[in-house]
Amino acid sequence: MPEVLHQVLVAPFADMAASPLFLVEVLIGGVAAGLMYSLVALGFVLIFKASGVFNFAQGVMVLFAALTLVGLMERGLPVWAAFVLTVAVMVGLAFAIERVVLRPLVNQPHIILFMATIGLNFFLEGLGEMAWGANVKRLDVGIPDESVVVSGVLVNKLEMTAAATAGVLVAILAGFFQRTRIGRALRAVADDHEAALSIGIPLKTIWVVVWSVAGLVAIVAGIMWGAKSGVQFSLSLIALKALPVLILGGFTSVPGAVAGGLIIGVGEKLGEVYWGPLVGGAIENWFAYVVALVFLLFRPQGLFGEKIIERV
Amino acid sequence: MIYREAGQFKTTYAADQAIFPIAQDRVLAALAVAAAFVVPPVLADEYWLQAVLIPLMVYALAAVGLNLLTGYAGQLSLGTGGFMAVGAYSAFKLATAFPQLNILVVFVLAGLVAAGVGLLFGIPSLRIKGFYLAVATLAAQFFLIWLFNKVGWFVNYAPSGTITAPPRTVLGVMVTGPEATAAARYVVALGFVALFAWMAKNLVRGRIGRAWMAIRDRDIAAEIIGVRPLRAKLLAFAISSFYCGIAGAELVFLYLGSAETLAFDINVSFLVLFMIIIGGLGSILGSFLGAAFIVLTPIFLTNVPHAVGVELPVALQKQIELMIFGGLIIFFLIVEPHGLARLWQITKEKLRLWPFPH
Repeated sequence: MPEVLHQVLVAPFADMAASPLFLVEVLIGGVAAGLMYSLVALGFVLIFKASGVFNFAQGVMVLFAALTLVGLMERGLPVWAAFVLTVAVMVGLAFAIERVVLRPLVNQPHIILFMATIGLNFFLEGLGEMAWGANVKRLDVGIPDESVVVSGVLVNKLEMTAAATAGVLVAILAGFFQRTRIGRALRAVADDHEAALSIGIPLKTIWVVVWSVAGLVAIVAGIMWGAKSGVQFSLSLIALKALPVLILGGFTSVPGAVAGGLIIGVGEKLGEVYWGPLVGGAIENWFAYVVALVFLLFRPQGLFGEKIIERV
Repeated sequence: MIYREAGQFKTTYAADQAIFPIAQDRVLAALAVAAAFVVPPVLADEYWLQAVLIPLMVYALAAVGLNLLTGYAGQLSLGTGGFMAVGAYSAFKLATAFPQLNILVVFVLAGLVAAGVGLLFGIPSLRIKGFYLAVATLAAQFFLIWLFNKVGWFVNYAPSGTITAPPRTVLGVMVTGPEATAAARYVVALGFVALFAWMAKNLVRGRIGRAWMAIRDRDIAAEIIGVRPLRAKLLAFAISSFYCGIAGAELVFLYLGSAETLAFDINVSFLVLFMIIIGGLGSILGSFLGAAFIVLTPIFLTNVPHAVGVELPVALQKQIELMIFGGLIIFFLIVEPHGLARLWQITKEKLRLWPFPH
């Protein structure tokens, strides 16, 4: 028993102290991975904030966006034209979703809307593969996936680009939510549907806007993830990686998505590198969930979520 | 006209509180159960039993279990696949460690193990609610699957990592293993689901079910009128996992024959959740209707192009199936958010008046 305790409680920290540079590398890797998760989690947060819909299809939207972009580029379009067309497709998708799925289901319980997005998930998966084929595709947008040594620490260029992109995106979104007229309308809708309607905020427009923005975030996430691991079906599974990020940060908070991503990313890498070998590895599937679960036990609304006030 | 309770007077409280107070319902239910036991084993061929009816029975049991937790107690769970895996792997361990133990007893014991695990993962529900809880239950799903993959003891150190149903008999009839006929396996699965659906129906009509529904509708109010949330929620998790555990054991022993953890991945959790939402949250009948919908639709979609003489490439057909399946789910949610069970209820109301308009 003492050996086990030593291995769990002492040895990993001794390892960390022994090679600080390696620890820094692990931490940077964790931060980068975490920001990649945040990119996906952001899409969830946007939609949840403005419509109370837990959009399970966000992962498939990432896949769909990446597939569309790659498919268009394979047809010989330059990157910028393909990007613009993909944006158009995602906005069109937002219109279609609002009209076909959300409008008939307005005022239904949250779980019904959640289920509807899972239906959407299946539909988009089928549609994306039918339109663009199910093979693994390489996405090359000019960011090299290679590592460079910066003051003794190995960093990956692609991951750094992704991290920077995520940072910029969050700054833009925060500005959009706080400073613009539409952003204020979005927050009003998130607060109270009926009150927002009664002061003349057009709910339908707001929904289209918010799903379009989520679609744009999906494109960015799709480019980053696609450049990293190729565009293929498994891309949609990153939604499952984004969920713990989401509950950790709180469903309703944009900064929460980033902070949650960082905690999960760093925690996951540390756990995998220093504690993973003890239990035979491959813990990344559930470790994030357990971290999130522990945090939730102390703050049931996530770190930055709105405080849940219960009345009878 | 035919479906009318006029003239059926109750003279005892027992008769008034019977599970089917209307005589027509009683007859219909009895006929349906009898037909389910007699007709398919006699008439249906191997394909129908194996591909349609056995999975239908297995998933219906899991759906009843999840409906108790999500539909009645209001606790959203995405850990169904994990709890089913617990049932399957503990049934395998029990069946191989105690070969003389009756396989039906093994199933029930496996359910009890799953109930214990469910109890453990239900503890966070006391603090975490709604979608936060749903994501938290994913921890159970991923952790349990990882555990069964990693620890060789669960598969008796089989190098392939699969568990295989050992041959076992009940009353001299082979019911599991490669030798068992589909009819025998079907009857066992049907027996379990009939018995446990009946128990679930009685459970939700009684004190426990009412406590669950009170928690679901407004938990603080329920607490104030004296329902203990700790007991009610944990009981819901335990009983639901018991059902799912038995369903998981059946999935391997009666349906697949052998399986690895892939058979219990996250998609199974979603599938069962679909069943209860399409069928109707908070309805035992709905669990069956939903299971039928989810099991039959893909089979139907696979066979239709074939039947009308259109030959599609396999990949394309798979994609079209996905699209139609997703589209149908959205369509059903829009048309009837309360599920197929509600449609049946409406039909009954109409039948009472028929053939008069009012």
